Amino acid sequence: MGSETFRIGFLPLVDAALPILAHELGFAAAEGVAIQPVRDLTWATVRDRLLYGHTDAAHLVAPLAIATTLGRGRPPVSLSVPFVLGLNGNAITFSIPLGEACGLGEGLGDPVALGAALKQVAAERRAGGRRLRLGVVHRYSSHNYMLRYWLAQVGIRPDEDVEIAVTSPPFAADALAAGEIDGICVGEPWNSIAVDRGVGRIALASAQVWRRGVEKVLALTAATATERPDAVAALVRALHTAAAHFVAPGTAGDSAAILARPEYLDAPVDAILRAITDRIRLVPGGAPIHYPDFMFQYREAANFPWRSQAAWLYTQMVRWEGRPFDAAEAAAAMATFRPDLYRAALAGSGAVLPGASSKLEGALGEPIAAGSTQGRLVLGNDRFFDGRAFDPDDMPGYLAGLP
Amino acid sequence: MAAFDRDWPGPAPDCRSSSVRIAIIDTSTTRAAIISEGLREAGLTDLAVIDPAGPLVAQVEAAAPEVVLINLENPSRDLLEDFFAMSRALARPIAMFVDQSDAAATMAAVDAGVSAYVVDGLAKQRIQPILELAIRRFQAFSRLQAELAEAKTALADRQVIDRAKAILMKRRGLDEPAAYALLRGHAMQSNRRIAEVAEAIVTSDAVMGGL
Repeated sequence: MGSETFRIGFLPLVDAALPILAHELGFAAAEGVAIQPVRDLTWATVRDRLLYGHTDAAHLVAPLAIATTLGRGRPPVSLSVPFVLGLNGNAITFSIPLGEACGLGEGLGDPVALGAALKQVAAERRAGGRRLRLGVVHRYSSHNYMLRYWLAQVGIRPDEDVEIAVTSPPFAADALAAGEIDGICVGEPWNSIAVDRGVGRIALASAQVWRRGVEKVLALTAATATERPDAVAALVRALHTAAAHFVAPGTAGDSAAILARPEYLDAPVDAILRAITDRIRLVPGGAPIHYPDFMFQYREAANFPWRSQAAWLYTQMVRWEGRPFDAAEAAAAMATFRPDLYRAALAGSGAVLPGASSKLEGALGEPIAAGSTQGRLVLGNDRFFDGRAFDPDDMPGYLAGLP
Repeated sequence: MAAFDRDWPGPAPDCRSSSVRIAIIDTSTTRAAIISEGLREAGLTDLAVIDPAGPLVAQVEAAAPEVVLINLENPSRDLLEDFFAMSRALARPIAMFVDQSDAAATMAAVDAGVSAYVVDGLAKQRIQPILELAIRRFQAFSRLQAELAEAKTALADRQVIDRAKAILMKRRGLDEPAAYALLRGHAMQSNRRIAEVAEAIVTSDAVMGGL
């Protein structure tokens, strides 16, 4: 059974739920695999443990899987993503003073109106010689790209009008409290913890920027994916079962209690439960509001690794690095996502299997039936807030049209 | 460190002839001191030990190091890598040291709990002895910690055994050798450590009080 063990690196975040629940609730054992969760505090260490064999798989920010394959900042090592661990679930939290300066009310902000207010505050602060500083959890994170996408589309130039700084999730509340950052785009429960500590207020959910934004992924080295195909397939099935359980009615309380434990998130169960149930407390002392699909799981084949998602992340990577589009790199980035492994693992099960491996992103305003080879696939509203759609077959054209 | 011995062509280098500026970033100030000492002994005296309580990026920027050593579990690694990524704009960008031809050395470093970042263009033979030394010092620190933990356990064991003996002497009217023999006999019978038996006696005495 030794070869069927997966040591899985993770950071203390709500979207590390699926491997943890697959381990704790026996879904992994039912598939004949054993999961050993390995907790870390930085994505750099999660990545290094994966590359040097301390772990067999990792809960990873999707862009970092692509950056590792492409060799950004280190020699390239090909990674494979057979399974997406979830969509969205992040928020943009402002410090209390920035929230007041932008006139945030009791509800979530409107991306366009809030963007206009933030633009004015950013200009004032810049003129005063101290630019606004906004935190993201990693250079190669969806948080960085979602925040920058929003800022750029409302006319705020990242790195020019505002500073973007890296802040690890568990230190988000401290950094807001100390005034080191004026806002942060981070995953749960760290927004909620900042609110509960009275040092921040949630301004936007990442789902308001892109309704179906790809978030964390399960990453393996391409070598592991090749050498252990049966074990990887069993792991994917276990995670898929865990995802179905995660969204099943009546399970949220137990899931939150497991995730809250010291060996996992080591965080208050109440904040975790709010994230899982899409009920978000926006202001200190306020009543949680219901924001549907704050964190998106399982439905609409949400765990399927669409190559078009990897393509969108690649466009944002070159956009903010200031590098030219490179067709070979784009192909390598897309090949990191492995819908073939997802299909191989779940063929013959009850899982919905999309017929295509790539799709237009952000083109759907309302639910629509889509082609599938197994089960019935319905895709919901997946719009970006500015209504722009992304065609993975025309990345240069898309990049040329961005501000 | 067989990998180094095997790979190293000829005698150990004289580090004194070349000055490499090294920054040490460690959440443990004790370990940082142990590493600095080792590097100094090897003639590598151009060191900057980064204060973990101060602003990281400003300190690293001011130090302008050619080699950065950081403990693997340091919570500032993502921030540091972000700074290095931005340093690509500089004349000599810094990147993680992972020479593909030397995967064994990098793996040994990660196993020891240290990661190294190096400026572009620094010769491999100048990096290797530094990394080798850092690995040895990290391992020595881990051993010291393990020994310290053992010593602490031994001390705690002795204290609880002394307390259990005192309880037995008072309750049963035994002398010290007899009390110890009773503890030891129980431990052997129940296949437990003497300290465990002693702890059970101390706990039950605390719970049962003067009964």
